[in-house]
Amino acid sequence: MSNLMPGGEKTERIIGSVYRVNGPVVEATGITDAMMFEMVAVGGNRLIGELVKLEKNKAVIQVYEDTTGVKPGEPVFGSGALLSAELGPGLIGTIYDGILRPLSSLLQISGDFLDRGITAPPIDQEKKWHFEPLLDAGTAVDGGMIIGRVKETEFFYHRILIPPTLHGTLVSIAPEGDYTVKEAIGEIEKDKAIYPICMSQKWPLRRPRPVKGRAALDTPLITGQRVIDTLFPIAKGGTVAIPGGFGTGKTMTQHAVAKWCDADIIVYIGCGERGNEMTGVLNELPNLIDPRTGRNLMERTILIANTSNVPVSAREASIYTGVTLAEYFRDQGYHVAVMADSTSRWAEALRELSGRMEEMPAEEGFPAYLPTRIAEFYERAGFMETLCGKNGSVTLIGAVSPPGGDFSEPVTQHTKRFVRCFWSLDRQLANARHYPAISWLDSYSEYLSDIAPWWEQNAGADWSQNRSIIMDLLQKEVRLNQVVKLVGPDALPNSQRFIIDTCTLFKNAFLQQNAFDENDRYSTVNKQYKMLELIVQYYQRGHKAIKNGVTLVKIRQMKTYQDLVKMKFSIANDDLAEFDKIMNRLERAFDQLEAIFG
Amino acid sequence: MVDQRTSVKSTPVAAASTPKKNAQHTLLLPARIDELKSAREYIGIDKIDGPLLFIKKTHNVGYRELVECVDGSGNVRLGMVLETSADIVVVQVFEGTASLTLPETRLRFSGEPHKLGVSERMLGRVFNGLGQPRDGGPAPRPEHELNVNGKPINPTARAYPRDFIQTGISVIDGMNTLIRGQKLPIFSGNGLPHNELAAQIARQSKIHGAESEFAVIFAAMGVKHDVANFFIRSFEESGVMHKVALFLSLADDPSIERLITPRSALTLAEFLAFEKNMHVLVILTDMSNYCESLREVSTIRGEIPSRKGYPGYLYSDLAELYERSGMLKSSSGSITQLPILTMPNDDISHPIPDLTGYITEGQIVFEREMHSRGIYPPVAGLPSLSRLMKDGIGKEMTREDHPHLASQLFAAYSYVKDVRNLASVIGEEELTPLDNHYLEFGRAFEEKFITQRMDEERTIEQTLTLGWETLRLLPAEELTRLTEEEIDTYYAI
Repeated sequence: MSNLMPGGEKTERIIGSVYRVNGPVVEATGITDAMMFEMVAVGGNRLIGELVKLEKNKAVIQVYEDTTGVKPGEPVFGSGALLSAELGPGLIGTIYDGILRPLSSLLQISGDFLDRGITAPPIDQEKKWHFEPLLDAGTAVDGGMIIGRVKETEFFYHRILIPPTLHGTLVSIAPEGDYTVKEAIGEIEKDKAIYPICMSQKWPLRRPRPVKGRAALDTPLITGQRVIDTLFPIAKGGTVAIPGGFGTGKTMTQHAVAKWCDADIIVYIGCGERGNEMTGVLNELPNLIDPRTGRNLMERTILIANTSNVPVSAREASIYTGVTLAEYFRDQGYHVAVMADSTSRWAEALRELSGRMEEMPAEEGFPAYLPTRIAEFYERAGFMETLCGKNGSVTLIGAVSPPGGDFSEPVTQHTKRFVRCFWSLDRQLANARHYPAISWLDSYSEYLSDIAPWWEQNAGADWSQNRSIIMDLLQKEVRLNQVVKLVGPDALPNSQRFIIDTCTLFKNAFLQQNAFDENDRYSTVNKQYKMLELIVQYYQRGHKAIKNGVTLVKIRQMKTYQDLVKMKFSIANDDLAEFDKIMNRLERAFDQLEAIFG
Repeated sequence: MVDQRTSVKSTPVAAASTPKKNAQHTLLLPARIDELKSAREYIGIDKIDGPLLFIKKTHNVGYRELVECVDGSGNVRLGMVLETSADIVVVQVFEGTASLTLPETRLRFSGEPHKLGVSERMLGRVFNGLGQPRDGGPAPRPEHELNVNGKPINPTARAYPRDFIQTGISVIDGMNTLIRGQKLPIFSGNGLPHNELAAQIARQSKIHGAESEFAVIFAAMGVKHDVANFFIRSFEESGVMHKVALFLSLADDPSIERLITPRSALTLAEFLAFEKNMHVLVILTDMSNYCESLREVSTIRGEIPSRKGYPGYLYSDLAELYERSGMLKSSSGSITQLPILTMPNDDISHPIPDLTGYITEGQIVFEREMHSRGIYPPVAGLPSLSRLMKDGIGKEMTREDHPHLASQLFAAYSYVKDVRNLASVIGEEELTPLDNHYLEFGRAFEEKFITQRMDEERTIEQTLTLGWETLRLLPAEELTRLTEEEIDTYYAI
């Protein structure tokens, strides 16, 4: 009875028989006592599916596996439970498919290719974990409280929670020792009944886990990507969309954030994307070292790989699987970042299923409930006061793949309504191999004013000011470039050409970031702050010098200019003193120029 | 199951309304019960619409089951169950429905999905889209019977592709490197030399410094006879015909056959790569025709269209094909895919190239303007991309300066485009000296680096040297993406 879930508990029984098969959508007839969103097994092969519609004695089931060979008349088994995830120690570092089957176990069962109708528990049922109790017997407990902990990886304590729906008196608790996830580690008495507690619990995928309340979003999620952290920052618990046509670097941006952001746990959902990409992540992460813990990055990552060639309904579920895992770790008081790549594939799965169910389409064939579903998904993000009393957050970072790179299509437009941060990827930048190709003109972050105080406190007091100076220059540059396109650069006065120069420097030296360079792949808060400060200082001194009669050519020929260009590569994150040296040289160089010309 | 068979005998629903020829289902017991197992046969169908047959009151037929459709004169065509229910079954006939009649057509449901008999001896042979010999020879004895729909590869079973394939073509090797196990499509247009390029790649491809057993599988969907002949000739001339298997569904074959053609081809490819450990190059041409056929079937079924009338599942359907490439840890073979598609009206945002680009690992894009200027291969520098390139080039794979060199060439060429736009407004005379250097670089890049003959094969060293030669037209300060050591080693010469 550890699977205490909202909604009734029934046992497995036959709930009807197949009437019609149309791709991943199966209609069943003769339905008896089936529940909405009940997990079912279809036919003799026991293909996993979920019941999504009930009408009189008929039901519509979306099947998560290839339905080849399914015949009318075959039985449909109801599992008696909602489609849910088993949560507990052993999740971290694992790669799952869209409905939380561990792919490495499937490999052992069915070989290199995925067979149908096979199941495997998401977490190892045999492995013994070292459990440390944190509560005493006799305590009155509420749902979501921390009862004990397990050291899951070298740097990660998996906190064992009381299921959120249960409260009562803890009548007994197991002593410190090794237990499997299914062994009872405590008992709770509620209304004279005794409920055993074990280290794993189940939760339905489509239902948000309860929390005490929401807190303000005033801490940034530091991603180590300068264009993000400095220009368009995101808060822990925030939501962001990354739209971009193919080849603009959505996946690369998601990977970079997944690798270097300062979340405790990363859930990476590869939703309808390439198989080789997931393999690449699997190969790469164990070899990368987390700069904060010194351990490899796989030890904080959970992968959900739902490649584009597996049945479309599993793609629909994978998003919910990922966010449910994230909420579970949030409820333990951790900060979790979820990458969903790509939400467009998820929306297309909705469209395909909706079409097969013969629902009335809205825009471009998408179902009318698309905006509702997108909103529900992004609302599962947030910085929460959890039931255990600690703060935790889920940050949602969703890639959007607009057809033809056209942002006016429904998925991008509806997503824009429900996210507060927008990193727009630009085809022109990507073509010039300017990565990350995040456009500084179309992107925005509504979290800026909320987290500016954090930056001012942790980096430097003039951070907001420097940031607005550079943003202002970037806007001016666009207008100036329009003039240049008409009349050539020579027609502009030196002071305006210097703005273009500074922006070019800023783009090359600051915004572009090389994901493969040891020093450049991520930048700490302080390195970003120093780099920004140097470039702003370069502009301000240069601007003044030009007013005093110094020519543009002289400024360009300064030796320190090359220092500025190369500083992202040449200076390591912990070598901040080097920036001060460049600053000194920069000041001296301008002093000299002004002395000669002034 | 046998007793059920008799119970299926259907009531002649259509008979009452059509007085002359009754569409009556008569259940025939198959002559070879032991062979056909659960096979059932019916005479008479209820509706024919394009390539689709509708039949009511059958036994319980499995989804995607193989169907043999026998016409009045006894010819057999293959089909597949597209939709099944207790009331009506929809069958798609791959070889077209011409000359079928309602009362005379017999449908034989095989009880299992369409399977292709595969064998190593299929190399050197020509087949139709269903895998039946087209060259007059006997069908090779199959070593295995495999479901043509394949199964998704478990991502944990994949090996990450990182072996550089030298195609001998500078713009590919240098800028958009092809990697073994990659799927890299050619986005072309009508009248552009995509066939020539694909044939050249097939002829010249080799793994840097290694000899290995390879095979080429060529699937033609709706292409003209002379295009197919061009490829056959090209394979014969280079003496590799015995390593090539062709699956041809040509322009005058039923359009529906195109839906099964790439699946047959990829099923053989999977067998050769993962059972026989061969390195297989699969050329699929033309994917646009495949998508047209998909749209045709979807429209007849009355499905809700998404963009430009294509079905909403076009992405999933294409992914089912393109994802059947790559390498496995358990095998030393590989499948590299080179799909060719002609962009309708040269529009890269058209659903076919657009969705393809989202699935494949990059794309080689042709530019009509370059073709008109006589540049071969007319590969557009900027929109072309190879996603797997970064892990397959550099030290110990090609040469240590390759990654930065490629990045620098991209950046410089992108700036050339800006300068050209500017020059077209203000005139070349008004440009700064630096911008003039860039124009010169742009010309050299297109004429020396990109341009090469159709039979010209360049080693990767030659390609990289050429790249440096063009870069020397720019001042060293402009080379911000290269390290000082690289500039010292290669630029100064």
